[in-house]
Amino acid sequence: MEIVRKWIQAIMALLVNGSWSFPYTRTIYQGPLKVLCSPGLNCYSCPAATTYCPIGSLQQLMAGIRIALENGQNFFGLYVIGTMGVLGGVFGRLICGWACPFGLIQELLHKIPSKKFSIPQKLNYIKYGFLLFFVILLPLTVVDKFGYGELWFCKYVCPAGTLEAGLPMLMLKPALGQTIGLIFFNKLAILIGFVIWSVLASRPFCRTTCPLGAFYALFKKLKLVKLRLIEENCTRCEACHSVCPMGVKFNESPENAECISCLKCLDKACKFDAISLEVAGLPLGSKAGAMIHRPKQSNAAL
Amino acid sequence: MSKGSEKKAKRVRVAPFITILFFLIMGIVGIMTGEVRRVLEQAVQVCLSCIGIG
Repeated sequence: MEIVRKWIQAIMALLVNGSWSFPYTRTIYQGPLKVLCSPGLNCYSCPAATTYCPIGSLQQLMAGIRIALENGQNFFGLYVIGTMGVLGGVFGRLICGWACPFGLIQELLHKIPSKKFSIPQKLNYIKYGFLLFFVILLPLTVVDKFGYGELWFCKYVCPAGTLEAGLPMLMLKPALGQTIGLIFFNKLAILIGFVIWSVLASRPFCRTTCPLGAFYALFKKLKLVKLRLIEENCTRCEACHSVCPMGVKFNESPENAECISCLKCLDKACKFDAISLEVAGLPLGSKAGAMIHRPKQSNAAL
Repeated sequence: MSKGSEKKAKRVRVAPFITILFFLIMGIVGIMTGEVRRVLEQAVQVCLSCIGIG
């Protein structure tokens, strides 16, 4: 299952970065596919990007809301939020585990042999602050004399933007190098910090900072596809704790907002069919293909 | 299964569809207001903020 997931991650990364003409055009893809939303965090200023980044576009719309209204355009971000909401309603954070290029990069970095550290659970809440303040409130409220806000998350934080857009664009257009300053080096330092942190800990950006992950996490109870704990089968062996890349103790909190449905707990850890995948409450089956709701007597037999 | 838990289970099954429908309608309203064109206009321009210049 893990190999399948890696392949799907790679295919998704290639699909949202499928324009490879940039060595000749020396700029980003500008075709009509960019009306489509990238399900994961993927900077639309990456030269190969074929889709828009929901977090970048949402900030753009929030930052320009005053000017749009003055021009009689009712652009409130409904198309972007609607698309993100549909994705969140169907998959939730499964997207983080299966379709996010930056998640894949962090997973690959974490494979580099080193001493590994855990991430304190309290840091998980920071990403909600980034979503609320850096993506919505600050672009909406802090405006210049023309009434236009800034893209706070893209400009001051996003390491995916630096990696996928900043560095490649500087290589494609060396003239941009003359205009970089403190903001660029601040972002570069953040990127380097997350690269090192990703080697030492599992998915630190997803867990502490990603506003898109925070948005999808809001659907933890509402999403169509989710993992389910079959309590009568669970022996509390805690095997699911050790394999989770997000630090979720699945048998203690099966609806944890951090669960990215990577299925490692189902596939690698649980030997008692206590975890199953379900769609809208209907079980797809557990590891052994067994349908859920075994009779309670099976517990006694263990 | 008690009536209460039966009600809860029913709500859990329906909730994802209501959520998806809600956001689908929101997205359609966004399309009708011409937001798609605005998103495309933004996405085809190099975002200097993303690079760390703007």
